[in-house]
Amino acid sequence: MAQNDTLIKGWQPVIGLEVHVQILTNTKLFSPAKNKFGEDANTLVDLIDMGLPGVLPVLNEGAVKQGIKFGLATSAKIAKTMIFDRKNYFYPDLPKGYQITQLHFPIVKDGVVDIGDKKIRIHQAHLEEDAGKSMHDQYDAKSVIDLNRSGIPLLEIVSEPDIRSAPEAVNYLKKIHQIITYLDISDGNMSQGSMRCDANVSIMRPDAKEFGTRAEIKNINSFKFVEKAINYEIKRQIKVLEGGETVEQETRLYDSTKDETRSMRTKEFANDYRYFPCPDLVPTNISEDLIEEVRKSMDELPEEKERRFKKEYKLDDYEAKVLCSEKSTANFFEEVCKITDPTLSAKWIIGEVNALINKHDITLDDSKITSDNFSSLITKIKDETISGKIAKEVLEEIWNTGKDPEKIIKSKGLEQISDEGELESIAQSVLDNNSSQVEAYKSGKDKLFGYFVGQVMKKTQGKANPASINEILKRLLNS
Amino acid sequence: MNFKLQRENFRSKKISAKEATQEAIDKAKKDKFNIFINHFENEALLKAEHIDNNFDEFKDLSLSGIPIAHKDIFCTKNITTTCGSKMLENFVPPYESTVTKNCNAAGSIMIAKTNMDEFAMGSSNETSFFGPVSNPWGKDLVPGGSSGGSAACVAANITSISTGTDTGGSIRQPAALCGVTGMKPTYGLVSRWGMIAFCSSMDQAGPFAKDAFGCAALLDAMASYDIKDSTCSKRKEICFEKSLNKNFGNLKIGVIKNIDNLGINKDILNAYENSKIVLQGLGHQLSEIDFSELSSGICSYYVIAPAECSSNLSRFDGIKFGYRSKDQKDISNLYMQTRSEGFGDEVKKRILIGTHVLSAGFYDAYYLKAQKVRRIIKNKFEEIFKEVDLIFMPTTLDQAFEKNRESSDPNRMYKEDLLTIPANLAGLPAISFPNGLKNNLPTGGQLIANYFGEDLLLNITNKIQEVTDWHKMIP
Repeated sequence: MAQNDTLIKGWQPVIGLEVHVQILTNTKLFSPAKNKFGEDANTLVDLIDMGLPGVLPVLNEGAVKQGIKFGLATSAKIAKTMIFDRKNYFYPDLPKGYQITQLHFPIVKDGVVDIGDKKIRIHQAHLEEDAGKSMHDQYDAKSVIDLNRSGIPLLEIVSEPDIRSAPEAVNYLKKIHQIITYLDISDGNMSQGSMRCDANVSIMRPDAKEFGTRAEIKNINSFKFVEKAINYEIKRQIKVLEGGETVEQETRLYDSTKDETRSMRTKEFANDYRYFPCPDLVPTNISEDLIEEVRKSMDELPEEKERRFKKEYKLDDYEAKVLCSEKSTANFFEEVCKITDPTLSAKWIIGEVNALINKHDITLDDSKITSDNFSSLITKIKDETISGKIAKEVLEEIWNTGKDPEKIIKSKGLEQISDEGELESIAQSVLDNNSSQVEAYKSGKDKLFGYFVGQVMKKTQGKANPASINEILKRLLNS
Repeated sequence: MNFKLQRENFRSKKISAKEATQEAIDKAKKDKFNIFINHFENEALLKAEHIDNNFDEFKDLSLSGIPIAHKDIFCTKNITTTCGSKMLENFVPPYESTVTKNCNAAGSIMIAKTNMDEFAMGSSNETSFFGPVSNPWGKDLVPGGSSGGSAACVAANITSISTGTDTGGSIRQPAALCGVTGMKPTYGLVSRWGMIAFCSSMDQAGPFAKDAFGCAALLDAMASYDIKDSTCSKRKEICFEKSLNKNFGNLKIGVIKNIDNLGINKDILNAYENSKIVLQGLGHQLSEIDFSELSSGICSYYVIAPAECSSNLSRFDGIKFGYRSKDQKDISNLYMQTRSEGFGDEVKKRILIGTHVLSAGFYDAYYLKAQKVRRIIKNKFEEIFKEVDLIFMPTTLDQAFEKNRESSDPNRMYKEDLLTIPANLAGLPAISFPNGLKNNLPTGGQLIANYFGEDLLLNITNKIQEVTDWHKMIP
């Protein structure tokens, strides 16, 4: 057997994820109310979302198409007939007293996701409606409910227990995120709750025949917390088992401030959801024609885009992969390429732009960098108006202010000095002031050449054209 | 009151819509049978006036100028809709049911909303929060249920037509007990939008009238394809009123073999035999069919209907609308007290049964098995309809019975639906028509047709009513 580096203290973690994704549609899953985030409370609510007596759900075909897309993207089986079920439980933000979901006949079954070094199987993905939102901190001694979210379509993606470590779980989650954002199934915004994750975690001895008892950690809302919560839970379970106790089947909550999971509900208090087929909705047939229609309308998947980028823009594997990891970055790159040099743009996006994104922890879309100001920057580098070093400064300025690079360069006097005469006199004065080093150079200390370049750059505040400087210095030193 | 005559009087301007409406309102206000939950005198008179003022626009509509009473299960925009429950005593829906909307559009004038068993759960109209309805044929007798108010309204000559809903017999059984004609259409013919759900997979709205003609005209108005109800059928519309004159020829009518073993009252069987002779006299051929599965229907029904109702009624939790228990300190007490205080005993009983049969460990034994039985009955009907055009049997086991029988024998009440339930389980259309008086009380005969055979049912019933006067008997 190959070395298993996912073992922790001799225990094998076994993980399955349930990912809830809010689907992008015009209207809700069963009502004509708008599906939007961030509007005033209870302004996007139809009679159906309030669960008024006598009102009936009507399935939104747009949500069905989104589900089909996900199925196609994960090489899954798409149901010929899907059936909606009712999941019954009482909660104030669940107006009907049941959630309409899919239990036995989901829209998508048996998919697979490639996370690079391994494949994770998807058990099923099903359509269901979101609940409203209870708020307990808005008024003293009163809880209030916002039903804007009530009835928003969700795709719940359930993996098989194929994941063996917290980093693998994060990779899987990132891959799901990539697929849903690439295909515009969802905006995938975890902080706004459009992508939420439950993790089922258990541990076992590597030679055990059966999985251990699992705990379900609910509602984790960032990649970082998924990793932390799972790692905490693995350690907790090891401690429990090594202490001679047994892991309880239960639902736990991850507290990110304390970095721990806490028991929320044990098995004996688990809800009996009394699932049964929803009699208000007839079994829905999905025709081959509809699947074909969706297939034809589908955007490029990441792997396809990578292949195309390599061919079209002459990128290597690494460059293509990094640029395509997020759709917004890939789109940005393509916009920039319409105006300026692809190779140089790729290099700068992968290096400097990504560094800024990571440093400030915001997305490219939310930053002040646009394809216009960025391509103009690349053009300035390409035509040697500015050096690479100065370009980094300008990029920072764009990041901070969103100003046009042309204006930044002008106002700060950052144009590269390429004038031969000017550079030559600067170079000459550097050599004149460093006669001993010139002597040493001439007696064979070649490495000192870089010192002279540095001195010229210092004098010009980095604005000297490096290629010209090299040439001039060589000429002067060898004369 | 005869619908056809009333409409002719309006169309020939003999009686204005306002006069007809005023007359109906006056009678309704003198009602001694507790038929109504709410009256709408002013609104009705205004609408009637509007119709009179725009006579040409309204005169050819199927329900032109006709006062009507709707079962209080249909949501009416800005008008209290109670469903016979304390839970909705003050509930004013901001929307209109498709049924009432269609009836309004067809020129009818709603004068009142009728009493009913709470959430349509009952066969005697005794479970209403607003008190029991009396049968116009005898004050101590029940009118049947759950659409008891609507049946009594037509029987008492207050309006010529009314609407009801039928989940396990809730139109046909009160029609039989009150001596009027009532029909449950094919599941999906009439939209359920805005009709408060009891058992969604069986609930179906339908008409009451004295005769098949009134039922046909009202059904013409009620039925329409509705995009807001996913279970509503998208089929070519037929005019039921016109189909009354069609000649369907000589039919083969199935009658149940060994029907005396089902526990049907002798007088009812007697009346049933008389009707068989009438049918034969009309040129139809009677053919005995074996339908031993018939009586299993009731077991299936009393699992599936409570199961669905336990879920459908979850929304009545005191949070958003309807009754809310006062001064509850936490959410679970608010739920428990609201539902304990807001629902009556029969509703609570069915919610408990429904919750039980759906719960883990019991689902397969009850709910799934009940669905299998339902499938068997549906298949059996399909088989039978390969052989015959219609099935004929009595509507009920008994004639109108005395109030308060429930307390002495609760199962007897459930059994009351034995002959009506099979059509609901299968989703088939069925009609109950007056089948002659026995003991000075009405009996009901029931015809069941294949899917979307409403035209046939109404046509044959109409033919029976052309040669008999059972439907003309009044209390």
